[in-house]
Amino acid sequence: MELLVASAIGVLTAGGIYLMLRLRTFPVILGISLLTYAVNVFLFASGRLTVGAPPILQKGVETYTDPLPQALVLTAIVISFGMTAVVVMIALGAYLGSDDDHVDDPADPTSEGGRDAT
Amino acid sequence: MIHWIIAPVVIPALMAPFIVLAARYHLGIQRVFSVAGVLALIAVAAGLMWQASDGTVTLYQLGDWAAPFGIVLVGDKLSTMMVLLTSVLALFVLLYAIGSGWDDRGRHFHALYQFQLMGIMGAFLTGDLFNLFVFFEVLLIASYGLMIHSGGNARLRAGVQYVLFNLLGSTLFLFALGSIYAETGTLNMADLAQRVALIDPAETVGIRVAAVLLLLVFAIKAALVPLHFWLPSSYAEAPAPVAALFAIMTKVGAYAIIRVYTIVFHPDLEITAGLHETWLMPAALVSLAIGMVGVLAAKELNRLVAYSVIGSMGMVMISISLLTPVSIAAALYYIVHSTLAAGALFLISDLVRTGRRDLMLTPQPPVAGGTVTAMMFFAAAIAMAGLPPLSGFLGKLLVMNAAFDAQGVAWIWAVILISSLISVVGFARAGSVVFWKCRSIEPDPEAPEPTTPTVLSYAAVGGLLALLVAHTVFAGPVHRYTSGIAAELFAPDTYISTVLETPGKLSKPKEGH
Repeated sequence: MELLVASAIGVLTAGGIYLMLRLRTFPVILGISLLTYAVNVFLFASGRLTVGAPPILQKGVETYTDPLPQALVLTAIVISFGMTAVVVMIALGAYLGSDDDHVDDPADPTSEGGRDAT
Repeated sequence: MIHWIIAPVVIPALMAPFIVLAARYHLGIQRVFSVAGVLALIAVAAGLMWQASDGTVTLYQLGDWAAPFGIVLVGDKLSTMMVLLTSVLALFVLLYAIGSGWDDRGRHFHALYQFQLMGIMGAFLTGDLFNLFVFFEVLLIASYGLMIHSGGNARLRAGVQYVLFNLLGSTLFLFALGSIYAETGTLNMADLAQRVALIDPAETVGIRVAAVLLLLVFAIKAALVPLHFWLPSSYAEAPAPVAALFAIMTKVGAYAIIRVYTIVFHPDLEITAGLHETWLMPAALVSLAIGMVGVLAAKELNRLVAYSVIGSMGMVMISISLLTPVSIAAALYYIVHSTLAAGALFLISDLVRTGRRDLMLTPQPPVAGGTVTAMMFFAAAIAMAGLPPLSGFLGKLLVMNAAFDAQGVAWIWAVILISSLISVVGFARAGSVVFWKCRSIEPDPEAPEPTTPTVLSYAAVGGLLALLVAHTVFAGPVHRYTSGIAAELFAPDTYISTVLETPGKLSKPKEGH
């Protein structure tokens, strides 16, 4: 169980970082998504791995799982989902506007045709 | 329980949806409510600061749950001062946005602006690390919208970089929070302060990793070299009023470092000893140097200002990384100064742009209203470069004085003094090219009549400059106050006991049962 969770986090993080270092926005966004999956699983594991135990106080139960990481993960999932949606929209706008989806600055920013004065 | 302390979060949180839902198509109403909201914020912030000025730590338990089970907001001297600084900066920047018509060049400027303020205020007031993360995300998602306000390809591309870098920072923040929770079982700062001290010295690997991760996250926010790459493009391409408001965002990172590394991982704590002097100090020195070299090397006025922000953050971080009461007092003085100066400089670069083709540092025909703009640039540049008589000079003296007893004082003084010289040259070159060489250029007869910036725009910039002058004239009282803040930060017992020992509804005796 521990090995499975730990290696899942590791593989997701490694894949995420590799994709994040790419030059174009689409792989970078995928990489960021993989990283957020990794961090969600990591947050889950931060309350220790307990299987089949309730998170809420009940009569006659001795072992509980920590409820707080679940709340943290829920918040983190919602936030990362929203953020990914925002970055997809902005990246799409930038791609459609300048017909180029590289993440880095253009080599000569002043020669770019679409640059406006506002 | 006094409810005023949550007002800086609630006022913008109510104002923003009102502006979006009720005043969607009425720019005039949006402006009125936005300004009214910010004025209310200033009033509340001044009240909170007055309340905290005698050393009272105000606690607000959300839902009446006692810490560490519930989330708490804490108003002490440091957080209330930052709240007041934010709201004052926000007022002048908002007036500029209205005066220059920036808020009319895209939709929902005022709503996003209010959400941005809500996030910043929350980040300053919260006493819980996960809540800090949430407020960071609130301020970031609003800043994404503001950053690409009124569109344009260059701005969208810079926006993509900005969002991606910050998403990465958020992920790192979550990793840090996860490891802190795994090691200590709490995320409340006061509770953490007690539990971190109890960790067995033989098993500190996890918490040390967490401390460094957290420092990295805050260093990204504070644009510390080598984590500064997001800043120059995004601040230069953002609309000028937005960039001016962003001047406070790097300070959120500095604030978080001061807060966490005085209360939780305080300087006497053995497990993180040396973190600030071994790692933070060299990075801060390099930041200052790179920022000021960037000022000299910049080809555009707005990039020049962005690099001066990096340089001034380097100065702030030098002072913070000394981590003594004297140096924190100096850092806080410098934070106020550099926020106001950077805000004014971004607005001035927009004043210059209204009369020119672009902001390239090349001779172009004189800008409309150039004399006043040039004088304002002169004053703001003096402040930012740290020449007498304005507050940048006093701030620099305070930082150098704080570094006097430190190890490697020669390095610190050398970097500060040489980089100041470089920045003076950089600002002087930019100012003379933009405002003086224009006289030698024949104006193009077919060029459209340049528009003069409105009086309100000048008034907003003038207001920020007046605050800088006031910050210089009242440097004595201000420095006494920041020294008081530093003293409070280095004796956190009041903070910790207020947060942890105030009973919530769970600890009250049940009546009527």
